[in-house]
Formats: sequence, C-alpha cells, structure tokens
Amino acid sequence: MINGISINYYLLLSTVLFIIGAVGVMARRNSIIIFMCVELMLNAVNLLLVSFSTLHNDATGQVFVFFIMAVAAAEVAVGLAILSMIYRNLKTIDTDILSNLKH
Amino acid sequence: MKGLLIISGLGIVAMLAEIFKFKKALLPIVLLGIVAAYATNFIEWNSPQSIVYFDNMIAFDKLGIAFSGIIIATAFLWFILANDYFEDTNNSVDHFALVLFALVGALMLTAYKNMTTLFLGIEIMSIPMYVLAASKKNNIKSNEAGFKYLIMGSFASGFLLFGIALVYGACGSFDLFMIKSYITINSATLPSFFYVGVLMILIAMCFKVSAAPFHFWAPDVYEGSPTLITALMSTVVKTAAFAAFLRLFMISFSGVSELWTMVLAVVVALSLIVANLSAAMQSNVKRMLAFSSISHAAFMLMVILANVRSNLSVSALIYYSLAYSIGSIAAFGVVYNVALKANEDITSFNGLSKRHPLLAFCMTVSMLSLAGIPVTSGFFAKYFVFTAMIGTHYKWLLIIAVLTSAVGVYYYLKVVIAMYFKGNESDNEKLIVEKSQAIVIVLSTIITLVIGIVPNLVADIFSF
Repeated sequence: MINGISINYYLLLSTVLFIIGAVGVMARRNSIIIFMCVELMLNAVNLLLVSFSTLHNDATGQVFVFFIMAVAAAEVAVGLAILSMIYRNLKTIDTDILSNLKH
Repeated sequence: MKGLLIISGLGIVAMLAEIFKFKKALLPIVLLGIVAAYATNFIEWNSPQSIVYFDNMIAFDKLGIAFSGIIIATAFLWFILANDYFEDTNNSVDHFALVLFALVGALMLTAYKNMTTLFLGIEIMSIPMYVLAASKKNNIKSNEAGFKYLIMGSFASGFLLFGIALVYGACGSFDLFMIKSYITINSATLPSFFYVGVLMILIAMCFKVSAAPFHFWAPDVYEGSPTLITALMSTVVKTAAFAAFLRLFMISFSGVSELWTMVLAVVVALSLIVANLSAAMQSNVKRMLAFSSISHAAFMLMVILANVRSNLSVSALIYYSLAYSIGSIAAFGVVYNVALKANEDITSFNGLSKRHPLLAFCMTVSMLSLAGIPVTSGFFAKYFVFTAMIGTHYKWLLIIAVLTSAVGVYYYLKVVIAMYFKGNESDNEKLIVEKSQAIVIVLSTIITLVIGIVPNLVADIFSF
C-alpha cells in the first residue's frame, strides 16, 4: 500500500501504459510517433520503478530511474540524428518507405 | 577492471585527436592501449580473488575475465582489419571513439553484478552501434539499418527494463546474488508478476542476441551496415550479449529454471530451423552470414540451457564464442575485400581462387569452421556443445541441431564452390588486398586451425 492505494493499481497503470507504447511501436508508421511510443514504454517502467521503490522503502529503484532517463535522452538524440539523415536522403520519415533491405 | 578503464580513457583520447592534431598516430595509440588492456586483464586472471568495484556492481571474476579476454583480442584484430575504414571517412576519430565506447559497454556486460550495470552495459554498447550502423551517411541502406537497429534495440530495452522493474518489485533488490537468495528463500510465495518479469527479461535478451522469433531485425541490420561494422556486431557485440545472458540466468534465475528453460528450448529450436532454412535461400553472402550468426546464437543458447545442470558447459560457451568470433573476423574480412570492387552477392566470389588464392583459402577455412567440419575450431565448438547437452533432457534439440547443421554445410559450401569451381577465365583480374588486412585474415585462419587441431590448448585454460 502506498498512501492507501494498493500496489496493484500502480502495476495496472504502468502495464497499460507499456502496452500502449509497445502497440504504438508496432502499429504506427510515422517515425516520430514511434519514438514517442518508445518513450512511453520507458516512462511506464519509470513509474513502476518509483512505485516499487516507495513500496520497499528502498532508494535504489529511484536511482535506477535517473539512469533510464539519461539513457533515454541519449537514445532519442541518436534516433533523431538518424531520422534527420533519412529525411535528407528520402524527404520522408514514413517507415513504409524504409524497405530497401527486404528480399 | 583496469582494462575497462584503459579503454574508456582511449575513447576520450580518440575524441581529442582531432583538436590536438594527432589523427595519424591514433591507430597505433589505440592498438597499444588495447594490448595494455589485455595485459592487465591477464594479470587479473592470475590474481587469486576478484576485486569488487562500485559497491558490488562490477566484479571481474574468472568468467568475466575470460570473456573480456576474447572481446579485447577480437577488438585488436578488428582494429587492424578496419584501418582503411577509418581513413575513408572525414570524421574518423569519432568512429574510433564510438567503437571504443561500444567496447567499454561490452566489457561491462561481461562482469556486471547488478541489474543497473547490466542495463547500462547494454546501452553503452548499443548506442554507439546504432550510430556506426548508420555511419554511411549517403547510403540509404545504411540509414535504414541504423534506424531499424535503433527502434528494435530500444524496443527490446523497454522489455528488459519492464522485466527488471517487475523482478525488483518482487525481490526488492537489483543485486544478482540478492535476487538469487530471495528466490531460494521465498520460492513458494513469489508473486505472479515476478514470473512475467523473468520472461520479459528473457525475451529482451533473445532480442539482443538475435534468436528467433526475435531475430527479424538482424538480417536487415547486418546487410545494411558497413561490412566492417557488421563484423564488429557479430563478434564483439554477440560475445558480450552472451556473456550477459549466461551470467544473468546462471546466477539470478537458476532457482526458477523450470520456468524459462522450456521457453528457451523452443527459442533454440525455432532459431535453428528458421535461420538455417533462410540462410540456404540467400544469394547475398553478408545476409547469409547474418542468418548463420542466428543459428550460431542458437548453439550458444543451447549451452545456457545445458548450464542449469553442469558447470562444464561454461567453458563450452567460451570456446564457442572464441571459435565463432575468430572465424567471423576472417570471413567478414574476406567479404569486405571482395565487395570493395563488386558487391556482396555470391557471384562476386566466382573464381576467387584464381584472383587471390590465399584469400580463397582463408575463406574456405572459416566457412568450414562455421559449418563445424573437423580440423577447424568450429567442429570442437559444436562438439563441446553437444557433450554438454547430452546430460540434459533436451536430447530432441540435439537431433534438430544435427539435422540443421547438415543444411548449414550446404550454404557454407556454396561459397567455397563459387570460389573454386565457378567463374570464367576472362575475368582473372587480380584482387589487391592491403598487407595489414591480409595479415589479420591469415592470422585468424591460423588460430582457427590451431585451436581446432589442439582444442585443449584453449579448453583447458577456461575450465575453472
């Protein structure tokens, strides 16, 4: 229990957020939205870690969240750089165009 | 650990080379640094106990040092092989730095003791690899490879993190040994989300080692990336991912092995079948090698499966990683040189035995090694895996493995046949290979043959 709310609700919320993110990565066609969905997945994890950390009265979970935030920022920086490169070559960021490697 | 620090320092030095204008001297400096890292690694191997760093988050034990030895040695060979890859680009120093930082992540993965360092190691290794995969800026295939690698990599990281969060929620710790002891004490009262967490971590790790059905990104990424980066992916990155996989499931989750071994057995069977059948249909050698790397991943996963029962198999995994890394370095080196003038299609290999007999011979040896034919190291690698598996109750996997290996022989020999028996007399234009690259390729071939003829030379060192 955290402030009178059972941990199961936190678990449920972050699972739903995670699934929305995961489905978004698989279903959406716009690269920017795919990145947003990846962020959503990672933030669902952050929420879960923070609530478990409060539940266990243990700060390591919250420290882990900082690592995730830093890494997510680095990942998005690299991702947007690659995207702008693709845009320069193809003038689009729709993932349907990216099928040059299929046989 | 000192090796890890030296290589981190080298990465920073590499970034400074542009400013202080010692670009020309960078490759020798990097090679010297890697030798120094290997030497410290060797000293740590001989020291009696492992030292713990960062509040028990990293500890180089024998297993970790063995894997880092393989990774550092492969990286050394790779840097010599890749010398002209760096000369081609305008910002070569950045590429040096990226490769070195990826190496840092790989070394971290061999010796982590905590979920935090596992996650950081994976990301430190992966993020530079995303950039390197996309490093041919004007080549759309390379861009696409980088993009796919990034999306799939971060998707898998999401699964890994969610799994870690669930395991943390159940056990209240990120430390591998604390998790292990929590599982053994409270095995009856573990919440159901703990099991979901373990399976999500398993899925994420299968993504990272590219095992079927989570392999679909690998052929595209391997084909689209610059050939030498593909070589790095299938040697250093793969070895590190397996070291991480082995450590995590050998230490933390050995208490709940009934849960994940069955899933892993299905993953292995699928990887063997899908990878070998798809590889047989490829005409692009690089793509064929990508599928072959998936089937080798299946073999290495078999070791992890067998490891639940015997510790013997740890040395089998180390031997397999070594044999596979060295064989791949030679193979990708040859593919790189052949594809410089033509493309990676199998027809480019026609008549290679006349154009460059030495290269054709080295390619033959590495193909035989990857196929697992005697006198090469690949044979004993497979042999050790099979002996480790015989003690388990997954004998049906052995049957699938042997049958699919037979398919494997077909597509590996296709390259050999193209080199020796195809091609017309007219295009006998000699292939020119740079001396340092030829040395690396020949050296890898010699190592493949030597540890294939005297496998105990290596296997004895690693049986601890």
